[in-house]
Amino acid sequence: MSIFIDENICNGCKGLAEARCERICPGDLCYRKENTKAAIRDQSACWTCACCVKECPVQAIELRLPFQVCSNGASLKVRLKPDKTIWSVWDADKHQEEFIIQAKRLKGDK
Amino acid sequence: MGIINIDTDILIIGGGAAGCFAAVEIYKKSPNCKVVIMEKAHIERSGCLAMGLNAINAYIHSGQTPESYVSYVEKQFMGVIRKDLVYSIAQGLNDAVKDVEEMGLPIDKNEDGTYKERGKRSIHIFGERLKPILAEAVEKTPAQVLNRVVATNFIYNGKRVCGAFGYGVRNSTFYVVRAKAVIVATGGASGIYKPSNTGGARYLMWYCPWNVGTGYAMGIRIGAEMTSFENRFIALRVKDVHAPTGTIAVGAHSKQINARGEDYLERYYKHLGGIKCFTQHRLLATIEETKAGRGPCYLDTTTLSEANERKLKEDFLNMNPQIILLWASKGMNPRNKPVEIQGTEPFVVGGHCQAGYWIDKERRTTIKGLYAAGEVAGGAPKKYVSGSWVEARIAAITAMEDIKGISLVNIDDRVIQIEKGRVLSPLNKKSGISPLEMRERLQKIMDEYAGGISANYALHEERLLEARRLLKSLKEHIKDMSAVNNYNLVEALECIDRIDVARVLVEHLIYRRETRWSCYQTRLDYPEKNDDRWSVFVNSVYNPEADEIIMVERPLCK
Ligand SMILES: Cc1cc2nc3c(=O)[nH]c(=O)nc-3n(C[C@H](O)[C@H](O)[C@H](O)COP(=O)(O)OP(=O)(O)OC[C@H]3O[C@@H](n4cnc5c(N)ncnc54)[C@H](O)[C@@H]3O)c2cc1C
Ligand code: SF4
Ligand code: SF4
Repeated sequence: MSIFIDENICNGCKGLAEARCERICPGDLCYRKENTKAAIRDQSACWTCACCVKECPVQAIELRLPFQVCSNGASLKVRLKPDKTIWSVWDADKHQEEFIIQAKRLKGDK
Repeated sequence: MGIINIDTDILIIGGGAAGCFAAVEIYKKSPNCKVVIMEKAHIERSGCLAMGLNAINAYIHSGQTPESYVSYVEKQFMGVIRKDLVYSIAQGLNDAVKDVEEMGLPIDKNEDGTYKERGKRSIHIFGERLKPILAEAVEKTPAQVLNRVVATNFIYNGKRVCGAFGYGVRNSTFYVVRAKAVIVATGGASGIYKPSNTGGARYLMWYCPWNVGTGYAMGIRIGAEMTSFENRFIALRVKDVHAPTGTIAVGAHSKQINARGEDYLERYYKHLGGIKCFTQHRLLATIEETKAGRGPCYLDTTTLSEANERKLKEDFLNMNPQIILLWASKGMNPRNKPVEIQGTEPFVVGGHCQAGYWIDKERRTTIKGLYAAGEVAGGAPKKYVSGSWVEARIAAITAMEDIKGISLVNIDDRVIQIEKGRVLSPLNKKSGISPLEMRERLQKIMDEYAGGISANYALHEERLLEARRLLKSLKEHIKDMSAVNNYNLVEALECIDRIDVARVLVEHLIYRRETRWSCYQTRLDYPEKNDDRWSVFVNSVYNPEADEIIMVERPLCK
């Protein structure tokens, strides 16, 4: 499994013609089931690029790695702020590490 | 199914690094010039830059010059490069980077405002948002962006390219875009060879899995001249997640060690008289060590300080979050254990190596009305992201100049119907070969007979001739492919394009009877480099009527 979508958190981007994750995935893998919850078409076609993870406004999507390359347990979520990116990484024991990284110069930044 | 007709001055195919930059450039120089971008995904996160970048790998620091840049690339590529192209790139690198900084890209700086030197020719950036930043710059122009429209073929009247056909996967609509000039910027090709991760992890690869060489294939099909496909690229990367080793080696000064803890690189380049290890020799050395029973090989990260370990993780999050997950899932940190490295499957790219369209210094291809920039353009290796921007600028300026006095060409409805029929035919079949089956068959042939991972990348004539034969018969099965929905249809079209690229690649591999680039092009039957005979470019032109690939040689230029 490459991404995990928590259906309890996903609000289906209600009101949008195209869900945000659906709009952004470079491989066109995300879609909405009967216009409600997001799903991934094919886990084995996922680049694990995290674009959908970044785009989801309610952090319903987690990035994982396929079991084929490593044992499961670790996961990662992201929040985008106008000028920075906030990463939360959980290891197999659920220890969390957080990273806040500059991502964009706003007007007036040197 | 409906058809949408669009007319424009300049059509850009592929809204990646080069495509977005070209659109912005055209607007700056000629605000009234009409521009359309046709993009398979969504320009906000598409192509190689979707995950972000932590470095710009081509930059001229003070003390370096465009001339020293050219001589570096020439040495790394054993003398066979288009010096004129590389020089024109080198001249424009710093300006292009400045432009992208102004769009909003944060770049690591010294106190005096100059960019920090990450490596001799690279700078350190905080580039997680690089692609959205480029897309935002495009949005500020009047360019019309067709997201989720997959280019399928050029519109070509035998004299010039007059636009392109595309398929809109969201609205199931066929696009006919007429243009006075077309800039192709679709990136390189992945998925030609069996990938290092297979089965459920098969798309966990280094190169962007949706850059499948369509730009090359469209050019091949109209007889555009291609160069140096045999100069394949194989990346030395962190095992399984393909995180770039440069981030560790350059960013954290780590050594390459074998399973015995020995620094093994020197053995492989010192005797060649080199004072520095070339990119290809790092890969060669790693493969040879493993063959000799001294693998796995690693980057020794155990000397990292805690603060630098944190910095390394941040750098990776900016371009390859997978490695952070890999470490987390193993409950390890790079300071505790060296990082295992391996070679990827071969890719056909013009950004790290030099496979692509044969172009003139102005970025004109050999077909009138068609220009190439970025990974799809050949002859200029190590252009990376910044070089792709420079090429985009040059191609844009040339196209703007050339369209003066040119008018749009009428397109025969029969031509449109034929292409529409070709594109949609997999959808009209109830059963047949699935795109997945087709792709895996291709990858198996290429892996086993054209120097994939299972062959340690090595090539020789008898096997290549078998690859040639198998690919020809594979092409005959294209008509048997079936697709159940639009997503599946795109996969089918990707297979067709990959097969066209693979056939040209195999002819190039057969033709160069020497070993010029270790691993990228190692001929077991011609193991030596032969400068007297092979200091030339190997080029090809496809003849669609005869289904024949004609090889041509071009001399090195000054
Ligand atoms: C994983 C990775 C890491 C890299 N790291 C670095 C780095 O740290 N520093 C550096 O300087 N360089 C780096 N590079 C190289 C750099 O990203 C590329 O050289 C650069 O992006 C090439 O630009 P391009 O426009 O040719 O291709 P891309 O940026 O990939 O753009 C190609 C575009 O064409 C679109 N497209 C493809 N097919 C079609 C079609 N049929 N119809 C319509 N659109 C299509 C794609 O969706 C994409 O948007 C890296 C590359 C990769 C893959
Ligand atoms: S972006 Fe998030 S909330 Fe919207 S559909 Fe996708 S997963 Fe659900
Ligand atoms: S991780 Fe990337 S490839 Fe995978 S579903 Fe999300 S956006 Fe698509």
